[in-house]
Amino acid sequence: MLYREALNRAIDEMMASDESIVILGEDVGRYGGSYRVSEGLFAKYGPKRVIDTPIAELSIVGNAIGMAIAGLRPIAEIMTVNFSLLAMDQIVNHAAKFRYMSGGKMTIPLTIRMPGGVSRQLAAQHSESYETLYAAIPGLIVLAASNATYAYYGLKTAIALNDPVIFLEHELLYPMEMDFKEVKNFDPFKAEIVKEGKDLTIITYLKMRYDVLEAVPKIEEELGISVEMIDLNSLRPLDMQTIAASVQKTKRVVLVEEDHKTGGYGAEVIAKISEELFYSLDAPPLRIAGEDVPIPYNRSLELASIPTPDKIGQRIIQWGRKNGL
Amino acid sequence: MHSGRIEKFYYLMKLGREFELAAKEQYMQGNIAGFLHLDIGQEACSVGAMQAFDKGDVFTHYREHVLAIARGMDPKIVMAELFGKVTGVSKGKGGSMHLFDPDLDFYGGDAIVAGHLPIAVGCAYARKIQGEKAGVFAIFGDGASNAGAFFESINIAAAWKLPLIFFCENNYYAIGTRIGWVSPFEELYHKARNYMPAKRIDGMDVCAVYKAVTEAKEYIENGLGPYFIEAETYRYEGHSMSDNGKYRSEEEMEIFKSRDPIENLKKHAIAEGLVAPEYFDEADKKVQKVIEEAIAFAADSPEPPLSELYEDVYCKECTNVIP
Repeated sequence: MLYREALNRAIDEMMASDESIVILGEDVGRYGGSYRVSEGLFAKYGPKRVIDTPIAELSIVGNAIGMAIAGLRPIAEIMTVNFSLLAMDQIVNHAAKFRYMSGGKMTIPLTIRMPGGVSRQLAAQHSESYETLYAAIPGLIVLAASNATYAYYGLKTAIALNDPVIFLEHELLYPMEMDFKEVKNFDPFKAEIVKEGKDLTIITYLKMRYDVLEAVPKIEEELGISVEMIDLNSLRPLDMQTIAASVQKTKRVVLVEEDHKTGGYGAEVIAKISEELFYSLDAPPLRIAGEDVPIPYNRSLELASIPTPDKIGQRIIQWGRKNGL
Repeated sequence: MHSGRIEKFYYLMKLGREFELAAKEQYMQGNIAGFLHLDIGQEACSVGAMQAFDKGDVFTHYREHVLAIARGMDPKIVMAELFGKVTGVSKGKGGSMHLFDPDLDFYGGDAIVAGHLPIAVGCAYARKIQGEKAGVFAIFGDGASNAGAFFESINIAAAWKLPLIFFCENNYYAIGTRIGWVSPFEELYHKARNYMPAKRIDGMDVCAVYKAVTEAKEYIENGLGPYFIEAETYRYEGHSMSDNGKYRSEEEMEIFKSRDPIENLKKHAIAEGLVAPEYFDEADKKVQKVIEEAIAFAADSPEPPLSELYEDVYCKECTNVIP
């Protein structure tokens, strides 16, 4: 199943089962969505429930909050994570806080979908990963879908949750053909053990899952070890239980993220591991992340600005040799 | 309109059109990537406006190759930027959407829709208190006229009587969203007319664009405040290379193509005896040569070295203190 089809199916099934669900955003209706995620929904559910908005991100999210207050269950699509910054005030000052500020009286069932990450030469205003911004906000739930199974079940759950969810997608994943697994008792907040191993835990999420997977055979061969790999799925809340069980077993941890290293989401994960699992570690943790630069247009510079399978492999092998592997 | 000016209009529009066609071809060949937004069909806006607004600061959206060339940017360094080469105007770091050149007072493309408008307002404020005669020109599309930043900008510019021309290219579509679906009316000058003089003009007619921007320029130079121009126009291509534009009818396309800014200017100039027919062949030949040179320059230019990755994040002084 294509990643974008999984998302489409999730929205379609939820809309079919609950009339209060609406979707709004730029080009989501007649056009079918910039990445074709909402394809076919306009014809099926009509303009009242599939709403083409103007280019006005603050209003897309603000209107969605109002709809949620009035009893609808909106799914807002922001065309690119970068554009979500225009809606930041509505997300952070309003959606995330209404429940708390009202002493629990207000409920904002709202899903905000955002594609992001480095795609291919889209330059600095269309290539960012801002999960660290949203994952730092109490009141928000932040999910990151790296695969069709999680995209489908995760999005369905997000729509059904009674709190605002930031649902992160990666632009390069939409056209990817992926395995789809039926899941019973799906837990959106549980990290996935992508691969079991015993000597080293690699934690990652979103598109970096695939870069890490590509790097793992060489790492295992060169270092003569077995790697355990975790895909976080949920960034807020963070599944420390799964992380702890793995790190206590392997005693070594690497985190791979596409975001800029300084203040990136990985910094939080590694800080938590250092706080809670310090005495389980046999080596200092390693972060492999994007460089601290705006994303450049030129392809070689662009690739130099983010982790790639080669770089991930080399860096971990080098680090492993220095740290007793 | 005297013949020298018409010749210039024709040359720049033709150069713009051929530049865009060449860029499209280079994109198909894989020499250009990312988002590539072509100005084909809208050349009269870019050329007419930049010919009239020849001094002052320009803030632009991301469909800006022709605007940059009409402003005086060398097609070679524009093409090199599209190729991502170090000889490009932004050293290959910006690409198609980000052609900045402060030497030409040309700031942008900015790829956040309407994001450049408050910035243009700030620049106009500075020019006003600096006592500069030339003001600021900000160009944006119909889609931007729905953004909060647009309404904030017309309000502040009018409240403070700032020397700023708002130039709205209304091509009716924000990617696939027809303006009338998301705006109460399609004639967008209505949005500004309580704030400032606001006009709707034929954006397929380079002379009409030139005339309107010239009037607007005089108005802002006289300290009377901002001025709004809505230019009706049409893009013949999709929004970018990743959009086929098929949500528009063929009839609609034909109507606008019959108003083609380049063909009509040529026809008109010959019929009125303003420009000798031979001029056009010569101009076309010259354009062809300039485009060939631009492509050769871009193709032969080196890639930026990897050491460029961390260059330009901060100024030199700050780089010394920030590790």
